[in-house]
Amino acid sequence: MEREKVIEVKNLMASFDGLRVLTDVSFTAYQGEVTVILGSSGCGKSTVLKHLLGLYPINMGYAQVLGQDITALTEKEQKELYLKMGVFYQNGALLNSMTVGENVALPLKQHSLLPDTLITEIVYMKLGLVNMQDAFHMYPSQLSGGMLKRAALARAIVMDPPILFCDEPGAGLDPISLQSLDELIVNLKEQLGMSVILVTHEVSSIMRVANRIVYLEQGRVAFEGSLKQALSSEISSVKQFFSVLYEGDDLRK
Amino acid sequence: MKKNTRYYIALDPDTLYRFEDNTLYLTESLYLSQTTVFIRKVVKEVKDLKVRDLIINLSELQDIDSAGVMAVFHVKSRLHKLGVSVRFEGGSESVVRKLELFRPGQIRAELPPPRIGLLESIGNSVYAFFVHYVYEFILLAADVFYWSLADVFRPRSRRAGEITNQAVLIGVNAALIVMFMSFVIGLVLALQSSQQLRNFGANIFIVDLTVIAMMSQMGPLITAILVAGRSGSSIAAEIATMKVTSELDALKTMGLDPIRFVVIPKLYASLLTMPFLIILANVSGIIGGGVAAYFYLDITPEIFVNRMGDVMQNKDLITGFVKSQVYASLIVLTGSFYGFRVVRGAEGVGIVTTTAVVVAISLVIIADSMLGLIFY
Repeated sequence: MEREKVIEVKNLMASFDGLRVLTDVSFTAYQGEVTVILGSSGCGKSTVLKHLLGLYPINMGYAQVLGQDITALTEKEQKELYLKMGVFYQNGALLNSMTVGENVALPLKQHSLLPDTLITEIVYMKLGLVNMQDAFHMYPSQLSGGMLKRAALARAIVMDPPILFCDEPGAGLDPISLQSLDELIVNLKEQLGMSVILVTHEVSSIMRVANRIVYLEQGRVAFEGSLKQALSSEISSVKQFFSVLYEGDDLRK
Repeated sequence: MKKNTRYYIALDPDTLYRFEDNTLYLTESLYLSQTTVFIRKVVKEVKDLKVRDLIINLSELQDIDSAGVMAVFHVKSRLHKLGVSVRFEGGSESVVRKLELFRPGQIRAELPPPRIGLLESIGNSVYAFFVHYVYEFILLAADVFYWSLADVFRPRSRRAGEITNQAVLIGVNAALIVMFMSFVIGLVLALQSSQQLRNFGANIFIVDLTVIAMMSQMGPLITAILVAGRSGSSIAAEIATMKVTSELDALKTMGLDPIRFVVIPKLYASLLTMPFLIILANVSGIIGGGVAAYFYLDITPEIFVNRMGDVMQNKDLITGFVKSQVYASLIVLTGSFYGFRVVRGAEGVGIVTTTAVVVAISLVIIADSMLGLIFY
């Protein structure tokens, strides 16, 4: 059976101030999978993500998100597409002037006519999914880094988006918090049937969550395939990236 | 490829469900966009049909999202309050799983805030004002005073050029606007008074009026208000941003005192430049008065300058200098005080900046009144 494509990128190119950041990026992400976009710092991971999110316009190349050509979206269509996308930013990006509950409720209040009581119930339930119900009335400034990220995740999934974009969710987290965040992402993917696009270079995280790997190198896709294929890849940069795992094993010996 | 139509095609509510006897069959899919209509119509129809024992059959339901689950439970809860018992039956594995996953939890009841009386409320505010504002302001002032003296004797550990940079930012860059505003105020002051003086044949007293008003009151006050608005806000915003971005923590962990590192150069710069700004303000204001006197009262520049020599006193210069030092200290202290008090990120920076300007201007005016009484 043919798998449903949630993202399709073809020959995406991007330059900033005359500097070519993306040379030729083409890849596909499928429904119900965690697709990890990885690569060393400055390889263009975040740039690809920002193009997919419509934050940077696509001038060269083609990209499709949830079946919609995002190179030719009107403002209204882009807004409608945003409702189907959950975005989890690196620093959480919660609004500091609002409580966690208000932050999570914000998309529902803006985009639905649900009564407040029902919105509160949904927010409680979503915070429950990320084990953050106790933080409902707290402000982001009162939360630890890990709690902040979980709260941000609750906000990203509050509209039950079919696709969740995560920009380096593990940055700045200790290994235990990172593991629990990864488990949360996998659980959400399985429970809600979401497709997840994850930008990261945390190898441990990739091993836990990835179904599919897109490896970027100097603005182009050096490898695309399953995690298993990536681990046995003969491409030197991919091999070197994952060699960290084996170095860890060596140290323990 | 299958189109995703979850949120945008609001299905006809009639196709979402149907009633058969006392059974409500949910059909198709139930998503966020349909929940509001679903809740309203189902509750109304159950009331109209006078069903007392309702079965919600999920076997024809193809998919449901979290808002849909919440809506179903919401309907159940509302009907329960109307005395209708509700139970579920059927449902595919995925629908039942989502029903379990998204089942509403028990929302913890918030404790109502304790009610306090008017007197207690006033007492709390007064207490908070003295403990959180006055006391901490005095503590900061003491710290700043200590470091302003200690730093004089440790020039080697001072950041090279920082006082000059700050003097340019706080003083030199403010000179033009201070001169312009003072000129305009001096001009208007003399202009407004000229008619009255002419009626009494007391034209020459325009010089006394302009010189005394500018030197003892208006010059220092205009300068202080402009500097408070310009530099007080910038000091508060800079320190608040440094706190929000953990730069102040970084200074502390490097063994540097943030007050000494950030506040003291600004204080020195303000103390140094403020007297010159006030002198510029006085001169510009008097020139403004002189222009008005020449055009409206026929007082030539020679007469104006001669009379000015008689009117001016050394006391006015000393008063101006003392005021400059007091105002400079108040502006820097207030800006720093609110900068250090910032909470809650970007929004907090905006709040403390505005508050710092308002409080600095208010303090300057209060200080001006007190100094006015002292030097009267």
